[in-house]
Amino acid sequence: MLTEADITKATVELLRRTVVRLPGDVEEAIRKAYAAETDEVPRMQMKAIVDNIDLAAKTSTPMCQDTGVTIFYVSLPRKCEVDVEKGIVEGVRKATKEVPLRPNAVHPITRKNPGDNVGERMPFINWKVHDKDYIEITVMTKGAGSENMSALAMLTPTQGVKGIKEFALNTVLKAGSNPCPPTIIGMGIGGSADISMKLAKEALLRPINVRNKDPEIAKLETELLEAMNMLGIGPMGLGGKTTLLGLNIEYAFCHTASLPVAINVQCWAGRRGTVRISPDGKTAYPTHER
Amino acid sequence: MTKMPKRLKTPLAEKDVRALDLGETVYLDGVIFTGRDEVHIHALEHLEKGQKIPVDFKGSALFHCGPIARKVGDKWEIVAAGPTTSGRMNALEPQFIEKFRPGAIIGKGGMSQPTVDAMKKHGCVYLAITGGAAVLAAKGIKSVSGVEWFELGMPEAIWILNADNFGPLTVAIDAKGNSLYAAVNAKVKENEQKVRAKLGLK
Repeated sequence: MLTEADITKATVELLRRTVVRLPGDVEEAIRKAYAAETDEVPRMQMKAIVDNIDLAAKTSTPMCQDTGVTIFYVSLPRKCEVDVEKGIVEGVRKATKEVPLRPNAVHPITRKNPGDNVGERMPFINWKVHDKDYIEITVMTKGAGSENMSALAMLTPTQGVKGIKEFALNTVLKAGSNPCPPTIIGMGIGGSADISMKLAKEALLRPINVRNKDPEIAKLETELLEAMNMLGIGPMGLGGKTTLLGLNIEYAFCHTASLPVAINVQCWAGRRGTVRISPDGKTAYPTHER
Repeated sequence: MTKMPKRLKTPLAEKDVRALDLGETVYLDGVIFTGRDEVHIHALEHLEKGQKIPVDFKGSALFHCGPIARKVGDKWEIVAAGPTTSGRMNALEPQFIEKFRPGAIIGKGGMSQPTVDAMKKHGCVYLAITGGAAVLAAKGIKSVSGVEWFELGMPEAIWILNADNFGPLTVAIDAKGNSLYAAVNAKVKENEQKVRAKLGLK
């Protein structure tokens, strides 16, 4: 039978792999962006990013010092007797020491840092139940530089698609050089204020080379991505061809009187990782096989 | 034409700082201090209360960075040390430059006009290092000679780092009032019109 210790062990290994290596789709987009830059300053920025990715993998070191706060998405089988939450929390504590991760989680008012990335509601875990027999744990270790550029707009239905585009453009412009471009934009459209924000982050869990299943949404993803890449903000905001590596949208039906739109900005280091833990304790890392 | 990269040693002399041109590549040797949000707040509060701060920032390179550090035996070593978003320090940086007179600020994302002005007035430059490239940056840090204000937490403390060929750094704001970010922004403003047309926006 699975124990908390199994969950902890898998969480530590998941965090280690996630902060050291990027998922294949993001790494591929970065290498393409490097190849596309022709001017000296953006080329130098992209070269540093690519060299850093290689060096992090070679030395098994976190690619960025900002290993984020740990946000988890967990899918449980219908029958699950192990205390997954306890296992994850202990895993975060252990990973902070062993990987190591930077202790980032602080009290929002006193700014006291307990040093282990564990505190009130942190790590934050989103729960789901699925029809599989394994436990699936996905983590995003996202830095604050990009998270700080995220935004919510409560648009009116009359503002419509134009309003959505206007908000996306203004958010990318306002973020400018700050979120470590080339970035990935996650958008959540519809639902309610909180649901759109949640969807914006979940949009970042989808590989950037996979379009939304809804053709209207997929069209908007492509149109916005192409348009933003005409801005010339470029790598690190120092000018250049690639401002965005990708743009993903998730949506939900919303009230007939509202149109919430949320944007979650992800730096180039789009770190997400998944582990599947089978009932016999075997683990698989679909995003990080290496 | 591309200039040869320059190698400078801290503490920096004002005349060397003022001689740096926009877009030039620089590598640093010598001591580098880290300092971000809390260091700015605490240093200025200390000054206001007439209290001493533990390091001398004059001519120094102040790195907007909260590293991952690991203690091996009784010695600290740096695991990863990329820059943090400098924009968060916009509100306090002009005053910090005026009072503590650093020669260079290392970060990412650039800084706003009041900081550009303070840099011109007091002889300081902004050196951009690639955000997120933390393992690469740590390669240029030979050792840690100490840490001050550790009670602020690992990311917010002052780490005293010994740099050896730390870089490449791009002079993104010089001491003459020029900013690479301002130049890019002007270009982006132009491009915005094309983007608006493509998206069917006014």
